[in-house]
Amino acid sequence: MAILTRRIHYPSPRRRREGLFAAALLFPCFAFIAIFAFYPIIHSLYLSLHRIVLGLPGLTQPFVYLENYLQLWGDAVARHALTNTFLFVAVSTACEMLLGLAMALAINRGFRGRGLIRAAVLIPWAIPTVVASQMWRFINNDHYGLLNYLLFGSDLASYRAWLADPTFAMVAVVVADVWKTSAFAALIILAGLQTIPDELHEAARLDGATAWQRFTRITLPLLKPALLIALLFRTMDAFRVFDLVFVMTQGGPADATNVLQFYGYKKMFAEGLLGYGATVSVLVFLVVLTLSLIYVRFLGRGLMEERP
Amino acid sequence: MTSRPRRLLFFLAIVLIAAFSVLPFLWFVATSLKTQMEATAIPPTLIPSFSLAFYRSALEEYHLLHYLKNSVIVAGAATAGTIGISLFAGYALARLPLRRKPLIMGSLLLVAMFPQISIAGPVWQILDALGWLNSYQGLILPYITLSLPLGVWIMTGFFRELPRELEDAARVDGCGHLQTLFRVIVPLAAPGVFTAAILVFIYAWNEFFFALLIMTQQPYQTLPVGIALFQGQYTIPWGEIAAASTIATIPLVLLVLLFQRRIVRGLSAGAVKG
Repeated sequence: MAILTRRIHYPSPRRRREGLFAAALLFPCFAFIAIFAFYPIIHSLYLSLHRIVLGLPGLTQPFVYLENYLQLWGDAVARHALTNTFLFVAVSTACEMLLGLAMALAINRGFRGRGLIRAAVLIPWAIPTVVASQMWRFINNDHYGLLNYLLFGSDLASYRAWLADPTFAMVAVVVADVWKTSAFAALIILAGLQTIPDELHEAARLDGATAWQRFTRITLPLLKPALLIALLFRTMDAFRVFDLVFVMTQGGPADATNVLQFYGYKKMFAEGLLGYGATVSVLVFLVVLTLSLIYVRFLGRGLMEERP
Repeated sequence: MTSRPRRLLFFLAIVLIAAFSVLPFLWFVATSLKTQMEATAIPPTLIPSFSLAFYRSALEEYHLLHYLKNSVIVAGAATAGTIGISLFAGYALARLPLRRKPLIMGSLLLVAMFPQISIAGPVWQILDALGWLNSYQGLILPYITLSLPLGVWIMTGFFRELPRELEDAARVDGCGHLQTLFRVIVPLAAPGVFTAAILVFIYAWNEFFFALLIMTQQPYQTLPVGIALFQGQYTIPWGEIAAASTIATIPLVLLVLLFQRRIVRGLSAGAVKG
């Protein structure tokens, strides 16, 4: 009662005080994000319009208009890295969604030892990506690797250097990513599965629906928001693949696994071309921004449909 | 669903999933417990002789403890910083009247999703200008920034579920905003803080891209950088890499085994409620 009367008597000063308090509480968060995230994104745009070479302080840093962008347009390696990135994102995300869905459906069924399986599935997710990369690099090793042993046993003549083959190197990087991150998709999907009431399945079963019909008519439609969120996070994360490539292949062989984030890193910090590297980073940012806006549109609609 | 072949199939699927998740890493752990002879045998030896030679070599010749110390400092400080900041921000976003909340949450999500390369150059320049390349704060500050979205999202979700009556009661008793926050909310927030802390710690412990850019000198490098750059004089020291990898992973496996429920809930926060 006391609160009620107070709200009626002094609504505006209290709200203003609360607003100020909220702004004060949010200030540290936004200071960090402004300095280390928003400013760098905008400053990258500025850098991309200049010719800047690191480690040569005597050199001027002239404004070169769109020269970097024109150079990027004609850069065959960059184009290759762009194709590789899209290929990697599409294949690895698709595999992770399917495997994640299978894992989630399996874990969602009650059985003994379920907690243990859930922990087992979480372990690849928790392992540092660098560790997972070294591990898969070792598995694919031409002499001591497990893959050769599993495929060829002691027939040493057949042992292959998988990561030295352009096609298999890409496959190996995708497999490593799927191994490491399917669990994440599975967890999001599992959370969605647990919101579907059992009664729906029960009723459908009484009406004579088969397991497949129940899956396509009940589970999948109700799972759509969770699937879209998992897809969004996995796509965005796959776009910044770096650790796997850096450790397993260094972008090779012959740029077969070179991806945008690795290419930008090499231009900026190995070759010191800060201006040109920034141009690559602007491109990456725009691609990801466009994609995430498209997703958010779909996501918004997907969530709307769920609302009763 | 109770027919026997179906059950068998389901059991098989579960076993396959578990094996796919665990076996590759178990093989790497086994490698770390081999002797040099076993590790470089062709074809590979499957069962190790549980030698600790690679661990000794990783500790003594590859300065493993040193990387471990740096990782503990950086990940620990980044977690503390992120949690402190997102505790306040999360409370404000969940409870206080603010305009454009969806915009704020959305831009946080954007920060969580863009590729690191799109901020790498300017972040490097800022730290270079401050003389903070190869310093702990040089890595801790970007880590705090990049894990804030995760922390704020989890804390906001957590505060939304706390009953409002508690704060109202505190107000009636004459507590100001700050007092309400510290006396009533912070003590209640412990479970949310804990969940967020686990996830932020895992992020900071595993991060590689910025660690590689910012820590170019060995005395400041963290475990992922060390493990990625391990190099013998002539050959790749697989045994030592496997030993260091096992040590870097043990804390994470412990976290997963002890707190998997919290981790699952934290990761799927917002995914269900939308």
